[in-house]
Amino acid sequence: MNTPTPERTKTPVFIAFVTNDDTRNIVAAIREDNPQATVEEFPAMVKIESPGRLVVKRQSVSDLMGRDWDLQEIHLNLISLSGSINETEDEFELYWGQAA
Amino acid sequence: MQVDIKTSNIKQLRNTFSHVARRLGADKPASRYQEATFDMQSDTNFHYRPIWDPQFELYDTARTAIKMADWYSFKDPRQYYYGVYTMNRAKQQDAAEKQFEFAEKRGVFFNLSEKDKEHLIFAVLPLRHYEWGANMNNCFCTSFGYGAAITQATMYNTMDRLGLAQYVSRLGLLLDGNIGDSLEVGKQHWLHTPEWQELRRSMENLFVTKDWFEVFLAQNFVMDGLVYPMFYKHLETRLNPMAGQTFSMCTNFMQEWFVETQRWVDSTIKTAVDESPENKEILSRWFDIWMTETTRALQPLMTALFAEEAASIFMQIKEELLVRAKKIGLKTPGAPA
Repeated sequence: MNTPTPERTKTPVFIAFVTNDDTRNIVAAIREDNPQATVEEFPAMVKIESPGRLVVKRQSVSDLMGRDWDLQEIHLNLISLSGSINETEDEFELYWGQAA
Repeated sequence: MQVDIKTSNIKQLRNTFSHVARRLGADKPASRYQEATFDMQSDTNFHYRPIWDPQFELYDTARTAIKMADWYSFKDPRQYYYGVYTMNRAKQQDAAEKQFEFAEKRGVFFNLSEKDKEHLIFAVLPLRHYEWGANMNNCFCTSFGYGAAITQATMYNTMDRLGLAQYVSRLGLLLDGNIGDSLEVGKQHWLHTPEWQELRRSMENLFVTKDWFEVFLAQNFVMDGLVYPMFYKHLETRLNPMAGQTFSMCTNFMQEWFVETQRWVDSTIKTAVDESPENKEILSRWFDIWMTETTRALQPLMTALFAEEAASIFMQIKEELLVRAKKIGLKTPGAPA
């Protein structure tokens, strides 16, 4: 195949959550870990956009929630997202282009 | 016919209560924990001082030597308010029930030799009374403490203690086949057996300690910090393998509870230590006093339960507590670097 491997780009990725008590902490953690991200609040939904990359860290969310938080719990409140996903136990990463 | 679905956006006027907003610095959405904690305790418009203790207000910051600019800085890292607390404990209770059911079905404890049973009853059943004492001490902190941030957490702790005591009783019932004799024997150990008397004396001294923050530190940090690892971590290795396994299974809740509660206790004391050098002095002094006292009180039990290993295990337990103390900023003379 001749398609060139895409470089990492600055095209925005986004992730959207239902607005509730749990996601307030998730959103706060994302804000902290991704200073470049912009948060938009809609009725009952909050959408976070970030150029090129966005990361959700398990530890940051756990600290804010005051309990152990499993990254998989993210799906309970997830509405939609765009970008490629790179998932480990500790981090949930969204990006465009080549995996790091 | 065409149907248009229109959405309308209703923007709420306020995100939280004014008193919470004042603490957050702006009208931001607050967590349930914050709303159920901040400024919950009344602090003005009391007409009379309590006639049973007229030198103090009903809620008075002067009941402890510890000084805080803001008594609501004692945040609970677990963020327990009534809802979360009860849901969490209910889940844990379900798990613990299953473990007891399993132990009962297999009849492991019931089939132990009389000698092993007697040993377990001597070693563990008196802890029912230890938990009841801890319940009293945390009740004391709840009634004389200042600010809902700390008093609500100590109140939850009192309930935990009753639950813990009940689990110890359940162990006893597994041992005596639901007759309940073991509970009475356990009580007699707590009241009369020489090895337990020093711990009981410490506990009773704590009942008459007047400063509620000192009681908090002595009970929840020092005593628990030594007693829990001793009974729920190291004791298992000294029991015969079958009893040991079942014992650790049935005390899984205690082990989990201790880890969880440590986080809150450590962060509470750390908050007070970080507040001022004066607080640090006072807390370090209390720590030193109660560490010495409790170490002395546990010595006979250590020897009885761990025989030739007593010294090394006790050293390990003490060092763990000293490391915790150092981490939260208490001065610990003689602590390992």
